[in-house]
Amino acid sequence: MDTTYLFLQHYWWFLVSLLGALLVFLLFVQGGNSLLFRLGRTDEERTLLVNSTGRKWEFTFTTLVTFGGAFFASFPLFYSTSFGGAYWLWMIILFSFVVQAVSYEFQSKLGNLLGKRVYQGFLVANGVLGPLLLGMAVATFFNGSNFMVDKANLTDGAMPVISRWSNGWHGLDAFADVWNIVLGLAVFFLARLLGNLYFINNIRHEGLMSRCRRQLVWDAVPFLLFFLAFVIRTLLKQGFAVDPDTQAIFMEPFKYWHNFLAMPWLLVLFLVGVAGVLFGLGRSIWSPAYTRGIWFAGIGTVLTVLALLLCVGYSHTAYYPSVVDLQSSLTLANSCSSLFTLKTMAYVSLLIPFVLAYIVYAWRAIDRKPITTEELKEDEAY
Amino acid sequence: MIDWSRAQFALTAMYHWLFVPLTLGLAVIMGLMETLYVITGKEFWKRTARFWMKLFGVNFAVGVATGLILEFQFGTNWSNYSWFVGDIFGAPLAIEGIVAFFMEATFVAVMFFGWNKVGKGFHLASTWLTGAGATISAWWILVANSWMQYPVGMEFNPDTVRNEMVDFLAVAFSPVAVNKFFHTVISSWILGAVFVVGVSAWFLLRKREHEFAVASMKVAAAVGLFASLVTAMTGDKSAYQVAQCQPMKLAAMEGLYDGGTRQPLTVVGEVKIPVLLSLLATRDVDGYVPGINDLLEGGYPLSDGTVAPSAADKMANGRKAIAALSDYREAKQAGDEARQAAARQVIDDNMKHFGYGYIDQPDDLVPNVWLTFWAFRVMVGLGVYFIAFFVLVLFLAWKRKLEEVNWLHYVALAGIPLAYLASQAGWIVAEVGRQPWTIQDLLPVSAAVSRLETGAVATTFFIFLVLFTVLLAAEVGIMVKAIQKGPESAD
Repeated sequence: MDTTYLFLQHYWWFLVSLLGALLVFLLFVQGGNSLLFRLGRTDEERTLLVNSTGRKWEFTFTTLVTFGGAFFASFPLFYSTSFGGAYWLWMIILFSFVVQAVSYEFQSKLGNLLGKRVYQGFLVANGVLGPLLLGMAVATFFNGSNFMVDKANLTDGAMPVISRWSNGWHGLDAFADVWNIVLGLAVFFLARLLGNLYFINNIRHEGLMSRCRRQLVWDAVPFLLFFLAFVIRTLLKQGFAVDPDTQAIFMEPFKYWHNFLAMPWLLVLFLVGVAGVLFGLGRSIWSPAYTRGIWFAGIGTVLTVLALLLCVGYSHTAYYPSVVDLQSSLTLANSCSSLFTLKTMAYVSLLIPFVLAYIVYAWRAIDRKPITTEELKEDEAY
Repeated sequence: MIDWSRAQFALTAMYHWLFVPLTLGLAVIMGLMETLYVITGKEFWKRTARFWMKLFGVNFAVGVATGLILEFQFGTNWSNYSWFVGDIFGAPLAIEGIVAFFMEATFVAVMFFGWNKVGKGFHLASTWLTGAGATISAWWILVANSWMQYPVGMEFNPDTVRNEMVDFLAVAFSPVAVNKFFHTVISSWILGAVFVVGVSAWFLLRKREHEFAVASMKVAAAVGLFASLVTAMTGDKSAYQVAQCQPMKLAAMEGLYDGGTRQPLTVVGEVKIPVLLSLLATRDVDGYVPGINDLLEGGYPLSDGTVAPSAADKMANGRKAIAALSDYREAKQAGDEARQAAARQVIDDNMKHFGYGYIDQPDDLVPNVWLTFWAFRVMVGLGVYFIAFFVLVLFLAWKRKLEEVNWLHYVALAGIPLAYLASQAGWIVAEVGRQPWTIQDLLPVSAAVSRLETGAVATTFFIFLVLFTVLLAAEVGIMVKAIQKGPESAD
């Protein structure tokens, strides 16, 4: 295959993985929301929490949308196979984000029909379901799904659909594999930790802050258990490998471990990421005055998730495997856009640094002052 | 299942389009107001801008929420489509995310929460950039929509079984896309303007906030008149493009079954304007405009001098292309290059009618004529009405009589639902009128759907229906309360 084409496939997998990694970090909004009633004892405290993540939710949302768009443009067969097949899994994720999107703006407004409690309940529901189900969806990249792809179907006049799911559960079958649930829970607890660390950095309120720090321990333990269990099991299990000559898919023992060995830089990325998360977390637990844990844990999260997604896509691996029909599994090469489209989109991607630059600039401008009860009174607030 | 998928997409798109035009329209109006604040330094303008921003925020949230579903629905409900043209269609969606949505998301936060945190200039820039982000996002999604109506810049690849992009600029700047952008976005400014004039009129009726209401009305009516005139011009161009690329849609818009030369334009019933349809559709009073029967039967002269094929011919061509594709894939597997090349030739010769191969009978090619016909009349009728309305408002403003003419306040208030009606009618013409095509001539809806159970799609349809209706009711409730409260007191 053309080396430019190969390079662009890998380049776009990197960008999609980076967006996915940023999305997991930005799930701190959801994680924080899942703690709304656990941390916020009074209405005033909950208002502080809602306003803290409320100024950032649009980034999470936009990253989710852009993740979808970029995946569509670069690997359209994934878009059509996964979204059209794992229908219910994605629909539940989307529903939860839809109700979240309006809840910040609506919850404290007069005339909002459902009342404050319901909208805050929506925030909590999205806070639980969003990270859990997105984590499970990512886990299927390692564990496989139940679909078949046959491009010859297009010539079948009666049912010309190329991709189909092999059972009626349409994505809910992800629950049948306990290891999907394990990663889902790991992402859920990670999102709570990140949300909590963000509160610690962003809000100034005595009672609330000490509660935040105590909660860190409660979420750190299950996170570590689920995360380590998933990682160790994944490194030890068979993986979905691609024969570089024939493009045939086969099961290879220790595939993901082999991928890390074949790409030592990826292992370094992964370990640095995990160390970052642990450092940010540990220091925030041990030293009560420390507020910068989110920096280390956030960057660590991005690096860790990026390493995992690169591991499942690079080095002759099928990133979206099918367990019912191994040869239907999606690889970078068989699911990507044409050379022309990948190249055109690569030029567009040169804008990303500018986008990141203005996001950082605007983010800092808004976060210059920590959130306090007084600040909410004198300025615009939810 | 196809109908449920269509119903779900239509539902989501229509709800989304309740919120988006107000976002686009208010963005311009409040941007102008804040600019006046920065130039004149008068707190009055800041207070005025902030009031409309508050309404913008409520509306924006629901627009974002409904938009998420729309984007992913291409994958969830139209998975075959997503593969067949994903190589072209995915790009504008990705660019929309990277270029436009982040701009919107970043600066909308500064706009709402940054009044006391950033300087005046930065804040003003953020307000305009929020609107710019929304407008740029409209550009890219309309590029995507236009491409479905007027597919250009691609080639079919039988190896990958999909269309692949070969000319990005042809896709991004197709004449249909450019015109659709100006028609759609600027018509949204009409809605924003009607909304602001209507709400301001309510304050005048209640004898409250006179200065605020009159100032808002003037800014909005100026924007509204400009937008109405541009919309009329782009609308004319749009109809001309439809006549060239989607003659069946034009025939449905006009309810024209048997066409010919020197065709009159139907106003309603038997009220017709002689030769105007020929003039608008072909830029020639003697031009031939085919009706629905002509399009199905063929045999009429085309503008390039050839004779139009019948629907049956096109369906036969489409079936040839599909059979040749099957043959091509078999020959490729067998390593028979000569047979592969021959099949490829048949595909190329018949590709422009590929989608007709999935059509069962010629009648399936006719969209819902009644709905398209009346939606077109509602849109155009209200478009003309709004030009007159804004002229009147500006005339009364010039005469300094805006506050006195009570009946105008009622008319202005009644205009708000009419603007929404016109806006929805426009999309009905565009989308119902192009049925059965998801991609004109290449892929009908029946071949574009995902393979799902009818019950699954029907269930999500009703969930969306209930959810969006509740959100709409909540939004209207919040808006009404916020309007009743009025602008913040000038302290």
